[in-house]
Amino acid sequence: MAQLNVKINNLELKNPVMTASGTFGYGTEYSDFIDLKRLGGIFVKGTTLEPREGNAYPRMAETASGMLNAVGLQNKGVNYFVNHIYPNIKDFETHIIVNVSGSTIDDYVACTEKLIDLEKVPAIELNISCPNVKEGGMAFGTSCKSAAEVVKAVRSVYPKTLIVKLSPNVTDISEIALAVESEGADSVSLVNTFLGMAIDAEKRTPKLSTITGGLSGPCIKPIALRMVWEVFHAVKIPIIGMGGICNWQDAIEFILAGATAIEIGTYNFIDPTVSIKILEGIENYLERHHFNSVTDLIGQLEV
Amino acid sequence: MLDMIVRSNEQLNYHNYLLKVTPVTNVQLPEMNPGNFVQIEVKDSVNTFLRRPISVNFLDKQKNEMWLLVQDIGEGTHHICQTKENDQLNIILPLGNSFTIPSNLDLERRLLLIGGGVGTAPMLFLGKILKDKGFYPTFLLGGRSSQDLLQLDDFEEIGTVYCTTEDGTKGEQGFVTDHTILNHQHFDQIYTCGPKPMMMAVAKYARENEIECEVSLENLMACGFGACLCCIEKTTKGNLCTCTDGPVFNIKDLLWHN
Repeated sequence: MAQLNVKINNLELKNPVMTASGTFGYGTEYSDFIDLKRLGGIFVKGTTLEPREGNAYPRMAETASGMLNAVGLQNKGVNYFVNHIYPNIKDFETHIIVNVSGSTIDDYVACTEKLIDLEKVPAIELNISCPNVKEGGMAFGTSCKSAAEVVKAVRSVYPKTLIVKLSPNVTDISEIALAVESEGADSVSLVNTFLGMAIDAEKRTPKLSTITGGLSGPCIKPIALRMVWEVFHAVKIPIIGMGGICNWQDAIEFILAGATAIEIGTYNFIDPTVSIKILEGIENYLERHHFNSVTDLIGQLEV
Repeated sequence: MLDMIVRSNEQLNYHNYLLKVTPVTNVQLPEMNPGNFVQIEVKDSVNTFLRRPISVNFLDKQKNEMWLLVQDIGEGTHHICQTKENDQLNIILPLGNSFTIPSNLDLERRLLLIGGGVGTAPMLFLGKILKDKGFYPTFLLGGRSSQDLLQLDDFEEIGTVYCTTEDGTKGEQGFVTDHTILNHQHFDQIYTCGPKPMMMAVAKYARENEIECEVSLENLMACGFGACLCCIEKTTKGNLCTCTDGPVFNIKDLLWHN
């Protein structure tokens, strides 16, 4: 059996297959479909200091090979998470990683501080890339200066593994990755959704209440893959790759491009068991190609 | 999640198809209740990415068959409607909550089931369950034209059926809420499913006449099981997911009157 475990800096994962924030609820939504403990980790729903109602309906528009969403970080706030959700999910026997978002640097820091003592949350994913909120979110992730500032502030209070989720809506994602690496990020995860829009031609109206939203699904995979490749050649910290992963081949491609681990997002909606199929597909691939460890594949694209 | 085989696919009118499906492997279909829906995977369609939510039309436990009434309304549903006998479909089921079945101690309760267009689909399953419990349901079914009224024979086996059509080709001319039965008879409970303007009109009638009323919503959704938070409906209890908190809502909880 090939080794599947990987390390995100100090964080040991039993395998590189994880599920992306905003597509996997708190894990409980999927417990009827899969054995959650087989996953390398679960990135739970975007969490903010205060409760957020999210955006108005409609929040979703299907596109060719993907979808646009404009959920807008609907969540009950970090205190609710700590007191009411965490107790129900802490025994999943996989890493629970909380995706942290905010409108100000102080928000990010205050939200993070409430998560430090949770034993089964060994890492947070700093979301500086949500395209669906008016303030904060993506605004932090689209300039090196603001990305560095928020990472620096959170790093100063958070001793555990700090993953920063990058926005693809930038001219050069490597620059942002370098900026957050230099402020002490342990890892970068990429990419979040691409800003897009959809129009109803008959009604002459936008399909989303917010007009624009975040595009995800297999339609973004080639761009996400290219960005992982670029960032891999720019930074030294491990990369968590995502963007339209639907099967094990996609996952292997991201690892070859430089990802140490991967997150499965939108395709969980179509096949709630896909994460386990991908895990088994990776195992089979490693056996077939006689690799001793999945780490032997990271960035090993032959060019 | 089950792989299902299409036992039959019958075209009921110009754009509605009745599929009867059963599990590929020898497993019993899970318990399902009226109001539940399923998510059907659409394969080989360039512009369709997500599953298609379809309400359960009927559950034939003896034959281990589920009936799905599907309207050919876009590329995704078109693919489903074009499936042939013995084709396979991957289906997530059962999803969502269900209509409230009144207590058996209250069999005199007068129940009105209002369906519009393909929204009549869950009313057949609901009517059958109510009849099996000892109730005698009344159906009020609406469509644009006589050919839009589906499965009338099945409904007539279960209860009394009244119809409206917009062109007057069957039943009374007009919308369901124009039907004279609403002036002549009193009902204690209304269940409805159909186009949103119709359900809003039914809800208004129910509110004005202080009748308990449940509606089945069909907000756009991605997953169907509470993960994506796309299908929210604003309610007195905040944003609720149509897929897991619904699709059936009591009108008292909705903000439609605002």
